[in-house]
Amino acid sequence: MSREFCDKEKKRILAEQQENNKKIYLLTFTLIILITAAAIYSLFIGSAQIEWRDIYRVIFSGSRGMVYNIIWNIRLPSILTSLIAGMGLALSGAVMQCILKNPLASPFTLGISHAAAFGAAFSIVVLDFSAVIENFAFLEGVYLPSAAAFLFSQIAVVIVLFISRQNRATAETIVLAGIALSSLFTAGTTALQFFADDLELASVIYWTFGDPGRTTWNQLLIITIVFIIITAYFIYQSWDYSILNAGDEVASSLGVDSAKLRLTAMTAASILTAVIISFVGIIGFIGLVTPHIIRKIAVGSQRQLFINSALAGGLLLIISDNLARTAFRPVVLPVGVLTAFLGAPLFIYLVIKGRQYW
Amino acid sequence: MLKVENLSFSYSREEVLKNINFTAQKGELITLIGPNGSGKSTILKCINSYLKVEQGNIKIKAKDLLSYSKNELAEIIAYIPQLENYSFPLTVFETILMGRKSHSSWRASQKDKEITAEVIAKLDLGDFSCTNINNLSGGQKQKVFIGRMMAQQADLILLDEPTNNLDLKHQLEIFELIQAEVDKGKTAVVTMHDLSLVSRFSDRIIMLKDGKIYSDGDKNSLSAAKINTVYGVEVSLKEHNGSQVIIPERVVV
Repeated sequence: MSREFCDKEKKRILAEQQENNKKIYLLTFTLIILITAAAIYSLFIGSAQIEWRDIYRVIFSGSRGMVYNIIWNIRLPSILTSLIAGMGLALSGAVMQCILKNPLASPFTLGISHAAAFGAAFSIVVLDFSAVIENFAFLEGVYLPSAAAFLFSQIAVVIVLFISRQNRATAETIVLAGIALSSLFTAGTTALQFFADDLELASVIYWTFGDPGRTTWNQLLIITIVFIIITAYFIYQSWDYSILNAGDEVASSLGVDSAKLRLTAMTAASILTAVIISFVGIIGFIGLVTPHIIRKIAVGSQRQLFINSALAGGLLLIISDNLARTAFRPVVLPVGVLTAFLGAPLFIYLVIKGRQYW
Repeated sequence: MLKVENLSFSYSREEVLKNINFTAQKGELITLIGPNGSGKSTILKCINSYLKVEQGNIKIKAKDLLSYSKNELAEIIAYIPQLENYSFPLTVFETILMGRKSHSSWRASQKDKEITAEVIAKLDLGDFSCTNINNLSGGQKQKVFIGRMMAQQADLILLDEPTNNLDLKHQLEIFELIQAEVDKGKTAVVTMHDLSLVSRFSDRIIMLKDGKIYSDGDKNSLSAAKINTVYGVEVSLKEHNGSQVIIPERVVV
């Protein structure tokens, strides 16, 4: 091959690569536009009728009436929580699938979500957190369950990591172990509910339904801070995660410590999941489904996959939450129920199609 | 370049390598041959530091293997395993770009991308640059992995059965690519089963039997008696253009 031809070919390859990148940036841009549109549209969705001029008045005239309360204290926190929670869950799913080399992995299918819910229930029923709140007023009634949710999610993470390190562990084995863990923690939560008094029972049930509408601005701030820190970490490490796709032997030969990377990534992804679940409740399948949708649309770098999966997760949850609030009006479904209805068939499809799919 | 001294290794209680000793010079292509389970891949994994050396010593560029950091080793040693499965789609460009990881920080620089594009052009894979690696044939995939190794620009290259399951054309193509790297002054340690290809391309052939070195000699050191002892197969050897062609005749019972 002549030097001249090689140089020409090199330029063509770089140009083609840039063209491919442009397509992926276009996808990112489209997702941002769709999120903005869905978020604005969501401001108008709900039991109270709100019009453009009401929103204009709240923003520009400083109106402080009922409309202000609906927009500022109910709809806006709910929309932003859907966005951040959806983004966080999708990102956690993408990271877990990548580091475990497992297309069926997600916080929900690995049992991490259920472990977190059990932790929250445990703190409500056993640790008697009302007493704690009296002593520590700043806890505002939710931070202890969040901490417990995180601790129990880590137990599930340790078990999943242990199983995934076994030589014969396939993608399906890990998910089967996840199902066993989910059943175990769900049984634990049910047992706690059995022994709980009325108030505790109501709290626990309230926890298990995923609903972005329940968060306060302070809780949203916590979720957002955790999301930003962990996302920055994932994006910084994304090239290493991409290399894990080639297997541990290749990763090692390219200078990547796969065991350390897997442990830190699982911990970070489960912190993000636990924080979201502890404030929003269980929302299944967003973490599983969105990375697959993005992979189907465009093949790019791991960093692009993480960013686009997160955006698509945010968009999916905003749309799902709107649907959950309006589909069976006047009944408002918890969004977790709706995502399960949408996600479970896709999960079954992935299991049936197996490797042909990806 | 590479010195392996008294290397022994066990998987749980089973000893798979027993007192292995050999050296490899700059610009030398060494093939490790022997039946399945004779310890060929384990030697590569020990040199690559994927398996922790329990007994013995491995020196790279006159320095102990353990004195290098993971990243430093990645700049010196490139490795292609026997099996490489990708669970998720990745483009050919991104796969070859991986080879630049140890040379860069958290993201690929423009120089990394240019090196990658140059490798793709040299390998004549330009039409597949943005193709999902899982959609390529076995031969094309192996070329991509060789491309990643070229982008890594390491001085010592380790390849575990690089021509397995490949058609004749791709087998030859892959070996010519390895030979080209060796001609540039790199050192290659390759495990192989096709003894005729081994004889044609190797500078030295190391035969392994039950985790021990049975023979260590030049490209014409294969003999019917040695192959009979190591593989339990009767063969005929013919001379062709300065290398040996090995024709299997029958299994020795």
